[in-house]
Amino acid sequence: MDPGLLAQYVMNGLMVGMTYALVAVGFTLFFGVLDIIQFSHGDVLTVGAFAALLTFVGLRSAGGGAGAILLLAMIIVAIFAMAALGMLIARYLVLPLRTAPALNTLLITLMLGTVLRESVRLFYPQGANPKPFPALLPSNSLSLGNFNLRLDNVIMLTAGALVIAGVEFLLNRTKLGLAIRAVAQDEETARTMGINFVAIVLIAFAIGSGLAAFAGIMNGLYYNEINFGMGLYLGIIGFAAAIIGGLGSIYGAILGGFLFAALQTIGTVALPFASAYKDVFAFAVVIIFMAWRPTGLIQEKISERV
Amino acid sequence: MIRALKPATIILAAIACGMVAPAAAKEKVKVGFIGPLTGGVSANGLGGRNSVDLAVRLRNADPKSKYEYELVVLDDECKPNIAVQVATKMAAERDIIAAATHYCSSTAIATVDVYHKFGLPVVVWGAVLPDITYRNKYPEVHRVNGTMINQNETNAELVTKLGYRSFAVIYDTTDYGKGHKEYFSAALAKTPGKIVGTFGVGADQQDFTAELTQIKALNPDVIYFGGLTPIGVRIRAQMDKLGIKAVFDGTSGIVSDAYIQGLGPLAEGTLAFREGAPVEKLPGGKFFMEKYTAQKYDNPPEAYGAFAYAAMDLILDSIEKVGPDRRKVIDELANVKNRDSIIGKITFDDHGQNTVSVITKYVVQDGKWVVWEDSEYASGKRKLPQHK
Repeated sequence: MDPGLLAQYVMNGLMVGMTYALVAVGFTLFFGVLDIIQFSHGDVLTVGAFAALLTFVGLRSAGGGAGAILLLAMIIVAIFAMAALGMLIARYLVLPLRTAPALNTLLITLMLGTVLRESVRLFYPQGANPKPFPALLPSNSLSLGNFNLRLDNVIMLTAGALVIAGVEFLLNRTKLGLAIRAVAQDEETARTMGINFVAIVLIAFAIGSGLAAFAGIMNGLYYNEINFGMGLYLGIIGFAAAIIGGLGSIYGAILGGFLFAALQTIGTVALPFASAYKDVFAFAVVIIFMAWRPTGLIQEKISERV
Repeated sequence: MIRALKPATIILAAIACGMVAPAAAKEKVKVGFIGPLTGGVSANGLGGRNSVDLAVRLRNADPKSKYEYELVVLDDECKPNIAVQVATKMAAERDIIAAATHYCSSTAIATVDVYHKFGLPVVVWGAVLPDITYRNKYPEVHRVNGTMINQNETNAELVTKLGYRSFAVIYDTTDYGKGHKEYFSAALAKTPGKIVGTFGVGADQQDFTAELTQIKALNPDVIYFGGLTPIGVRIRAQMDKLGIKAVFDGTSGIVSDAYIQGLGPLAEGTLAFREGAPVEKLPGGKFFMEKYTAQKYDNPPEAYGAFAYAAMDLILDSIEKVGPDRRKVIDELANVKNRDSIIGKITFDDHGQNTVSVITKYVVQDGKWVVWEDSEYASGKRKLPQHK
């Protein structure tokens, strides 16, 4: 294959994989602290992207400012708003159901996802139509044969990698991270050690949901288009990525995200059938993976003792 | 004696009357109309109903017409099950000679068997699905408006005339997208154009970079897209991200304001095609609008009103010529060739499909869908990408 073309596929795969990885890290965090699946996570991403767009529209009609400042404002507003939404979900929907069967949490978050999605569709002006997302990053590009290297893609990849590295640092090198890991490992022991369980859960949800908002903005900047249904699909893929990686492991989630993007690219490029089947192929491979390694590629270090 | 006299007097009286007021002696003939008068697309149904009513009124006002026509109107609600009921009701009423029927493809395709079974000649005035005329070969079923097939023929003709030769085809894998892919490929086969790659995609797919990277390597002049607005917006936006300079050539599925709002300036230069035409672009559009406005209907004729008018006018012409007899009207409609109407010439092929269909070409210019012939692209003032 032409090297320029190959480089383009790798770049496309990396961009998509970064989004999947950011979503998957959220799933894995929630599962880590509470052993639950937060199925409205993908729709939190949608709301985050729309919050950023709303900030942009608001600031621009108020006079605006330079692109970089606008973008920074959008990122800050969206991340903090979604962190708050994540904490509200944890406090009022997930934590009260701690003692109920896990199925209830699953159902309630699934329903919340529909509520969020439909609310965007109904309450955002003409929310059923795809919305243009402003291109705020420099769009310089370098053409190397068939490879179109865009500066904005490089910036986004770097920013995504930095965010993930930041989360990793927070979890493994800070006291807060230690507390989160302690809660993930054993809730009761963590409590007896004086860790405020509720606060840690809320913080974990804030971090995960903030990551979703960041992924939503990245998605918007990458495609220059957002729509009310984008989170559903990204949520399912992020969840699948977290599962192949091994729920509860942050490295597993990242690996799973990029692996899924690679599978989709291979499904489109290398296989003889119509590219519409790329998701069929990718999810079929996920099923085979799960049969082969039910606990994921990287297992949670401590398995639960009953 | 009195008994014997009576019929004679009546005949005499009738003759006398006939001499004084010929209009009163006209035989009454019933014709039908079916369309969606309630529900989401009722605006189109009401516009069609009014237009058909206009055709009947104008004919009744014409002193040369042999019959006095009465219009029977039924509502199919754009629902196939309701449509079959009302179609059966209309077809079973033997004194309804012919009818202009259906705006929705789903109702039109559901009822063709009914018309065939009861032998009621119909002229479809708005539904675009090719199968309505082409799935069977029912002599009863005709259609004045064009189909997806005509749309793609016009499309292939225009783009090859502009000098484009290589095409990549992207279609969504629904019946709508698949149909467009098939008819476009067939239409392009008759031109010097060549398809270099075909890609089926999901109807709610988000990322098209993998498909588009492959297309980039194939370097086509044109990317043809058979599908609807949401993914059309995404594909067009991602083409730009990958630096693909090809012309984006769509179908009726993207002719919407949402497409332009979703893309902003990137929408510029996108081509698309749609069955029918704005009334003012039709040959008899001016005449039709004048007469329509004079009747002071509550609703505008909408996009297919003129087609409904033409369908009913054709039916009335046939009845005038061969008399109020379903069988004879069917035979007469089979011979419609090069007939003048307000929508242009009408010629039915052996499936009853009008082959001289009206298809409007559109191009996005300055954030609006502009009829191709009126655009600065057609006049040469602006150029589409890679225009040779």
